[in-house]
Amino acid sequence: MSEKNAVSINDVDKIFNETRDDEVTALSNIDLTIKEGEFVSLIGPSGCGKSTLLRLIGDLLEPTQGSVEVFGKSAHQARIDQDYGMVFQHAGLFDWRRVSANIELPLELHGWSKSDRATRSQEMLDLVKLPDFGGYYPRQLSGGMQQRVSIARALSFKPKLLLMDEPFGALDEMTREHMQIELLRIWEETGTTVVFVTHSIPEAAFLSNRVVVLSPRPGQVHSVIDVDLGQRTESTRQDPKFFAAATEIREALRAVEEQE
Amino acid sequence: MNLATFKSRASVLWPPVVIGIGILALWESAVVLFKIQEFLLPKPSSIWVELLENWEVLRHASWETGKISLGGLAIGIVTGVAFAFFATLFRFFNEGLTPLAVAINATPIVALAPIFNAWFGVTGSVSNQLVVATVVFFPVFINTAKGLTEVHVNEIELMRSYAAGDWTILREVRIPNALPFFANALRVVAPLSVIAAIVAEYFGGPQDRVGYVITWNAGLARYDVAWAAIAVASAFGLSLFVGALLIERVSTPWKSAVQLEETTKK
Repeated sequence: MSEKNAVSINDVDKIFNETRDDEVTALSNIDLTIKEGEFVSLIGPSGCGKSTLLRLIGDLLEPTQGSVEVFGKSAHQARIDQDYGMVFQHAGLFDWRRVSANIELPLELHGWSKSDRATRSQEMLDLVKLPDFGGYYPRQLSGGMQQRVSIARALSFKPKLLLMDEPFGALDEMTREHMQIELLRIWEETGTTVVFVTHSIPEAAFLSNRVVVLSPRPGQVHSVIDVDLGQRTESTRQDPKFFAAATEIREALRAVEEQE
Repeated sequence: MNLATFKSRASVLWPPVVIGIGILALWESAVVLFKIQEFLLPKPSSIWVELLENWEVLRHASWETGKISLGGLAIGIVTGVAFAFFATLFRFFNEGLTPLAVAINATPIVALAPIFNAWFGVTGSVSNQLVVATVVFFPVFINTAKGLTEVHVNEIELMRSYAAGDWTILREVRIPNALPFFANALRVVAPLSVIAAIVAEYFGGPQDRVGYVITWNAGLARYDVAWAAIAVASAFGLSLFVGALLIERVSTPWKSAVQLEETTKK
């Protein structure tokens, strides 16, 4: 983990439908910095603005107040420079493109040559352990496999930042746990910074270096919890340190509820 | 096509063929057994005889009617798709026009045929082609517009995360997303264009067309000839439908790949 900032959010407010009757303050006074190589989870009850915060980092939304910097430049410039990849709960693969063509889409838009694209998409398929599935259509794959392809696509242009919005939310428990191990392996191999939105306490505890607990209406940072489980394997899920981290997150979330 | 796909296609084809032949046999024997008067319901074999007898007239009539259907089909498809793009680009247009189009689509447009005859003349093809085009327009417009606009919000966000602009999103996401919707509309409107053409011809016009051949012979109680004309028109409608299916297969290969896998799994 380097000391350089991957993301720095300075005193950000986000208000939807400003000056209208249905005005909503989604986020208020957010200050948060994420170091390069860090794995940070955003957790909180629904309506706390965690997905909104992720979209502010990705410049899919603009802050009403304050500034968002990604790798020392504006979030907008970072998006134009394709500094981040994005993964949603909905895998969002395009039905009409074969798996390899889906992974190559961002490369195509960036003007990569055909042979470079083919080489990279195969590397990515190897990385997500689907080496032989490039020629399939997405609908021919299971939900877990589709989500792997979606991760491969997000990483295909080697972004330094990965933004994930409840990526495993639609998967069954066993697949989900497999995918968590896979994601950690990929994170270690690529050195990418990850910002991960989840509503699962064990998931946040298992994956993260830091867990940011948000409180709703308006969304604010309630607390930031450091987690250090070292090298994680399946047996980490039985580790007392894992339970301790999960408990700490749970207590923070309870405190958030009581605050309301 | 390998053996497995051939077998799976053959297994889809033979039940309707067998049942179709069964129905014809039942029809034939029912007319004979119950001594049904042939002017009320002719035997399939008599219709076949009349079809061969009047082949030249029927062939010419279906060629003329075919030109009406295909011409109207082309006009309806082109304007339907053009309006769909319009509706996608201008939201106000979409919100105003789409509900209206859905409402108009539910009305019997062929009823306009006599009025179109008054407007565009009864002797040429334009009036009838425009009836067909109007019938074809609405399903094409509604479906294509739906396909262009009903894109998952995450897919748009994903494209924006790649710094893609509206045109790239249109080309890479909206248009391919709309293809199955368009193909669906095509499957509906292809046979509909033949129906619309024939019904429009019932209201007058040149005498060498299928609609006229049917009404003329029915008027003379030559029902077997009328039936033969209906059979020719059905065959034409069916071939347009098959054509639409083929276009669907070719333009949306990802659909057939998934479907084929599902049928072979069973």
